[in-house]
Amino acid sequence: MTSVTTEGAGRLRRTATRVRGTGRVRRAALPYLLLLPALLLELLIHLVPMVMGILMSFRELTQFFIRDWSRAPWTGFDNYDLAVDVNRPVGEALLGSFLTTCLFTLLSVALCWFLGTAAAVFMQENFRGRGFLRALFLVPYALPVYAAVITWAFMFQRDNGLVNHVIHDQLGLGGAEHTFWLLGDNSFWALLIVSVWKGWPFAFLIVMAALQNVPKELYEAAALDGAGIWQQIRRITLPSVGAVNQVLILVLFLWTFNDFNTPFVLFGKSAPEAADLISIHIYQSSFVTWNFGTGSAMSVLLLLFLLLVTAGYLFLTTRGRRDADA
Amino acid sequence: MRRTRAAAAVAVTSALLAAATACGGGSADSGGASNTAPKELTYWASNQGPDIAADQATLGPELKRFEQQTGIKVKLEVVPWSDLLNRILAATASGQGPDVLNIGNTWSSSLQATGALLPWDAKNFDAIGGKDRFVASAIGSAGATGKDPAAVPLYSMSYALYYNKKMFRDAGVEKPPATWDEMVTIGQKLSKDGKWALGAEGSNLSNNIHQAFVFSKQHGAEFFDGAGKPTFDSPGNVDAVKQYVDLMAKDKIIAPGNAEYDKNQSLQDFANGKTAMVLWQSAATSFKANGMEEGDWGVAPAPVPAGGTPGAGKNTNSMVAGINMAVFKNTDNIDGALKFVKFMTSDEEQKVLNKSYGSIPPVKAAQTDGAFATDDLTVLRDTLGTSAAPLPQVPEESQFETAVGTAVKELFAEAAAGNPVTTESVKAKLTKAQQQMSK
Repeated sequence: MTSVTTEGAGRLRRTATRVRGTGRVRRAALPYLLLLPALLLELLIHLVPMVMGILMSFRELTQFFIRDWSRAPWTGFDNYDLAVDVNRPVGEALLGSFLTTCLFTLLSVALCWFLGTAAAVFMQENFRGRGFLRALFLVPYALPVYAAVITWAFMFQRDNGLVNHVIHDQLGLGGAEHTFWLLGDNSFWALLIVSVWKGWPFAFLIVMAALQNVPKELYEAAALDGAGIWQQIRRITLPSVGAVNQVLILVLFLWTFNDFNTPFVLFGKSAPEAADLISIHIYQSSFVTWNFGTGSAMSVLLLLFLLLVTAGYLFLTTRGRRDADA
Repeated sequence: MRRTRAAAAVAVTSALLAAATACGGGSADSGGASNTAPKELTYWASNQGPDIAADQATLGPELKRFEQQTGIKVKLEVVPWSDLLNRILAATASGQGPDVLNIGNTWSSSLQATGALLPWDAKNFDAIGGKDRFVASAIGSAGATGKDPAAVPLYSMSYALYYNKKMFRDAGVEKPPATWDEMVTIGQKLSKDGKWALGAEGSNLSNNIHQAFVFSKQHGAEFFDGAGKPTFDSPGNVDAVKQYVDLMAKDKIIAPGNAEYDKNQSLQDFANGKTAMVLWQSAATSFKANGMEEGDWGVAPAPVPAGGTPGAGKNTNSMVAGINMAVFKNTDNIDGALKFVKFMTSDEEQKVLNKSYGSIPPVKAAQTDGAFATDDLTVLRDTLGTSAAPLPQVPEESQFETAVGTAVKELFAEAAAGNPVTTESVKAKLTKAQQQMSK
């Protein structure tokens, strides 16, 4: 590994020397040349499929044309009309799924962030068993998603699941009649619990890393000035990790909004209405009912929405810093 | 040195570009079969046995035998059910599929519509010994009516009523119900003390469709009219679906917990003595895998409406279940593929394979073998021969399964929650399902 790097660096130096000899233009071009392979790969891996997806969204792409989708009839904005017309079942269901996803994302991100931050602040103290707890907290993050979620699915089973066994049989709560977790309205909460369980360790990890950089002297000085623990958290901890939090929340938002694995493993290809997240909904439109065109249109709409939210969020969160810089 | 690296970069980039374009259009694909690779075949087998290793053990020796006979090496891949349809779609879109593959017979028309499968015209059927060798109902589930089939039947199955003999004895019930009225009376006798009469898989869309289809037939209804238009919410279908869900909602002979079942949990409940009956296709191997012994259970034809005996039309009591074998149109070994299908559907292989899988051979000559004359298999065979009907053979079959299967799933969820299931609520769900079909 080391030898390769040294060799690479040597070659770079030689290249650079040669470039310096042959004029400014080529030197200016060098960074771009070095970026070119990455750019090409980016183009292939992300842009080409994206453009194909956009093209597909303007066609009536069903099983009749999947073998050669370039022959599928061009239908203009029909797929988009269908997706956004809330007076027809497809649009109505999409809107429902979109609103469910918004609420779900909001709750999940808020809880993940809160739990992660609380645990990270708690872990700043030095105490016996801290290392062990820290490792324990990261377990959900380290487990393979499929295995973890399928275990949750078993635990949420009505008749044989652990959750009902504890709530009804051991604690005697909620009456003798077992609760359904994977059907009806409760499925939303079941999904939320799994999502938060899976997501908060990431928030914990990131906030903990950010807190390592806060100088201890700040706390000592604050303590000398008579600031209590809450004041320290509010005035020192939170502002110090502000920039990290902005990225953290954005990433959690994007991941949660697009999460496919959790609902798919928990509910299969047709989720209950209360837990019909948009990723599953689009998957179903595309790959279960074989309306690939409509599915593409929904994906494009989702992409636009996420772009808009991300841009708005970045604008709002960086404005403060730009003002400060100016 | 630098030049070679640049060349390598260009080569890799153009290879990636080529791959990307190949995945996309597929318009360069001529769509015709050829014989450019006559010595090998790739075969996707659906997972039939308890697990993938079991399938490899069953098929391995047979594929060896085929290789000895013809010199053609078959590369086997056993694909789990949950992945199969998506894998086939991906192969269809990219043109990079196997040469020969298994498909669920209810998908025949949907996959036929993609145009990726080799049509079984008279010439192709001649190459494997003729169409007449197969049972008619099995051929009926191999493609749309009036078109050359898109596949050839390989294993056939049908629904039967499996019942736990001990639970029946304990409850003083002498024989299994033959009609739905008897099912309800007997069922209410059996449903007590935490035990239930009948198992269901309320969250399993395919299973929901199979039952809804049979009930629909019994009500003299159809899910698609002659022109192929969906008629999901016709009065007959509403009554049919309501009758099925009412087994939980009104008659209370299906446990509410079954509403969330979709991983064959009802078979485990049956094996553990928690439910007394299940409607299932070729379940013997599953029961044994769950710890039951031969003789613990009995098999009877699935119930029909009052006063009838299983037969065609309103006395239909099963869908034609099974696996078909198809050839990808753009195979580069068309002769070998035909030889392989001929081998797999030969009288001898049909006996070997269907014996291993507990299914019925769709090939008439193989059905007469003594191995298929057990009590279990006789019921399944008679059902297939006289009282089973293929699911609607329309290109939208796959959508139909999702739309109506989901409607039934939601109705079961309502019933499980103790909410009333009425004619209106059933109709509303089916109307919604139908609207999703017509865009």
